[in-house]
Amino acid sequence: MTPTTPEQLAEAIRATPCVLAVGAGTKPRLSQCDATLISTRALSGIVEYEPSEFTFTALAGTPVREIAAALAKSGQYLPFDPLLVNAGATLGGTVASGLSGPGRFRYGGLRDFILGVQFVDGEGRLLRMGGKVVKNAAGFDLPKFFVGSLGRYGVLAEITFKVFPRATAFRTVRIPTDNVAATMMSMSSTRWELDALDAACGGCDASSQEVPAPPSAPKGSGEAPSATRASQPPWGAVFARVGGPAVALDALTAEILARFPTGAVLAEDDAFWTSVREFKWAHADGVLVKVALTPKRLPELCAALGDARIHFSAGGNVAYVSQPAFEPRFAGFDALTLRGDAPLFPGIAPVVVPGVKTALDPQNRFPSL
Amino acid sequence: MLPSAPSLDRLKSLLPPERFLTQSAELAAYESDGLTAFKATPLAVAVPETQDEVIALVRACHAEGIPFVARGSGTSLSGGSMPVEGGIVITLNRLNRIVRLDHEERIAVVEAGVINTAVTLAAAPYGLLFAPDPSSQSICTIGGNIAFNSGGAHCLKYGMTSNHVLGLKAVLANGEVVEFGGASREMIGPDWTGLFVGNEGLFGIALEATLQLLPKPECYHTVLAGYHTIEQAGDAVSAIIASGLLPGAIEIMEGLAIEAAKAAVHADYPPGCDAVLIIELEGPREVVAADRARLDAILAASHPVEVRPARDANERLAIWKGRKSAFSAVGRLSPDFIVQDGVVPRRRLGEALRRIGEMSREMNIRCANVFHAGDGNLHPLILYDGREPGALHRAEQLAGRILKMCVEMGGSITGEHGVGVEKRDYLADMFSAEEIECMKRIRAAFDPLGIANPGKMFPGKEAPALTHHGLHPLEKAGVISRE
Ligand SMILES: Cc1cc2nc3c(=O)[nH]c(=O)nc-3n(C[C@H](O)[C@H](O)[C@H](O)COP(=O)(O)OP(=O)(O)OC[C@H]3O[C@@H](n4cnc5c(N)ncnc54)[C@H](O)[C@@H]3O)c2cc1C
Repeated sequence: MTPTTPEQLAEAIRATPCVLAVGAGTKPRLSQCDATLISTRALSGIVEYEPSEFTFTALAGTPVREIAAALAKSGQYLPFDPLLVNAGATLGGTVASGLSGPGRFRYGGLRDFILGVQFVDGEGRLLRMGGKVVKNAAGFDLPKFFVGSLGRYGVLAEITFKVFPRATAFRTVRIPTDNVAATMMSMSSTRWELDALDAACGGCDASSQEVPAPPSAPKGSGEAPSATRASQPPWGAVFARVGGPAVALDALTAEILARFPTGAVLAEDDAFWTSVREFKWAHADGVLVKVALTPKRLPELCAALGDARIHFSAGGNVAYVSQPAFEPRFAGFDALTLRGDAPLFPGIAPVVVPGVKTALDPQNRFPSL
Repeated sequence: MLPSAPSLDRLKSLLPPERFLTQSAELAAYESDGLTAFKATPLAVAVPETQDEVIALVRACHAEGIPFVARGSGTSLSGGSMPVEGGIVITLNRLNRIVRLDHEERIAVVEAGVINTAVTLAAAPYGLLFAPDPSSQSICTIGGNIAFNSGGAHCLKYGMTSNHVLGLKAVLANGEVVEFGGASREMIGPDWTGLFVGNEGLFGIALEATLQLLPKPECYHTVLAGYHTIEQAGDAVSAIIASGLLPGAIEIMEGLAIEAAKAAVHADYPPGCDAVLIIELEGPREVVAADRARLDAILAASHPVEVRPARDANERLAIWKGRKSAFSAVGRLSPDFIVQDGVVPRRRLGEALRRIGEMSREMNIRCANVFHAGDGNLHPLILYDGREPGALHRAEQLAGRILKMCVEMGGSITGEHGVGVEKRDYLADMFSAEEIECMKRIRAAFDPLGIANPGKMFPGKEAPALTHHGLHPLEKAGVISRE
């Protein structure tokens, strides 16, 4: 089933007793369930884009790549920095999976930029919530609720976002450190107003540079990385990005380097951030898990995970974990499997308010979480 | 139908008598909120001091079917915290503990009755701030901000309250205690916190919130520019937006509002201007210096009467004082007024202001405009004299025409003040009957009996008694001013 209009989408949903929408399938684990899949790929196109309003509206199946290209023509961008754009991620899939990229550090995540939705509820009704202007407080904020809803409460047909002008220049500094969490926290409230603050642990540095060895256990010493991690704060490389007018960035970069003498400006920074956003650093056929956490729990997560590859983003508020094959090491963490053979929620299961499910989908047409 | 005595007894037994108010003199202070035109007397006012007391009260209300209205500081401009007949008010000002502030993770966990500025004050020693800054911030509570998803002057860049609430603990109207989100800026599963914020008190009572704090900008650059006409000021805003700059604030004051600010706080504006534009850049000093050069060039080309950059912190404060006092100042020109809060697409601001001017002349009602130009959020102030028969009614007709115009232009009936009682009949201009039904079903999931702040947001209920519109008592006392 490949509807091309919101009305066709609603019709298709009404005709299917158990249904899940799927976009480009770039997070395959999210659409692995016992339901008829409806593809949104033909439900594609930018409906409205007014650069002077800082807003656009697009159909849910529109590839984010197409939107990013249209925005770039006016010097604008999606500040939450969507993931898997090159891989073909759709706008609706990005909302339903609730994923934001490294740039979310500066101005906020996807939830902070979604303004309005048109969606199909479990009864096949086409409904609009939120608004199309940058500021609106009328009615309940259902658009935000759909962020991370995984298609289980309704199918998005059309979405309105707020966008920003994009900084004209960026600079990235790479800082090898033996305490990733402390380094990130010491940078997160500085005057530099970093645009992104990420870190790599476990030999997976997406800049393809060697991750520094822990001082007490040089690489090849035979000591298991998990033991090392459990006994000391995780080592790795921190990536700090500044954005703004080019003339301002030299001074900011110089100050960061003076404060972190082990750091260096990353030459191929575009390629690095693309690799981060596209998960190029992850095991290609392995398990990829998103973990929501706070920077202070970062050592605990590293210790629990053994030798998995971990990329931290948003100053340590989210981790992307790549395991060659699933190992159940996520207990006590909020976690979601994006790809690979693993439980959808390998850690803490998300909150469910049954009444809200009933309000939006009384017949359980969409599989329950 | 009034609940029978035993049900109130049960509520009464939950608190010491001095914190369960039932005398009419005590209740009078809670009859209205910032929308002073609407009044209702509650059966009682409960003054809990702990989260457990709030939970027990809500559970008892649920068991007895007694409506309740949560109240922070009562500064709502839309009647949101006005009591409901036959119900109680649960006032949350004493639930005011800052539970935890972690400057390294940049979060604060606070109880719902904490005052907005108290959060920023607590964060200031670490160079951090809580971004949402409604003009009422020195008096309004985080719980009220959450219920209304309140805004302020910096929404274009930083968003509204919702963008800064990471987690919530709440007692739902069905008596259940829930925890949504948490200290992480990321989450797994649907955004329950996002759904709760902006519920206008219709889901239950927020007890505690985890707020994100931001680093305080190192440097500000604030400019005031005067223009002969509002169109010129509007064109300057368009040019700034088109240039790719992202100012922290873009505000405009018009004719009557300028005169009022001059009279009230001796604000000094270039002579002969019908519009004043305020722009604020902020960030690391090197970035602000570079942006400032671009802003200067844009303003120079925008046919201003005069451009006045603030040369120091005092001059910056003076610019903001004029702006923030504007509404209260206009209020002094007239015995009564209504504030509207509609939003239009930014590019249609000029057209919207022209039409408001036409409507106000046609109806012979004075109207002053002060607004958040950066996000198209209008605040027309409609002046009238409540002693004149029919004047309030005509003022409300003008307000209604303005709201309908905002919706026709593709905007919204409220940018930050909420629907409340005041705008509930206009909700249906923005949403279809099916959409409103959907919202009602969601409300029922949290509040099956419809006891949490009934009669608000949704159209259809009988309007409560009208008295007059005027300054909030706290504004009269000079404690707060409005944007
Ligand atoms: C002079 C003045 C200036 C203002 N300026 C602005 C402005 O710039 N921007 C702006 O957005 N608003 C502004 N407002 C409106 C108002 O201050 C805000 O809406 C504020 O958030 C209300 O906070 P409060 O504590 O007074 O809440 P109240 O008025 O007591 O309550 C507001 C609503 O929240 C509910 N509520 C309160 N606490 C809770 C809780 N713990 N749990 C659940 N529901 C709760 C109430 O039931 C009610 O519906 C202004 C008001 C005044 C009088």
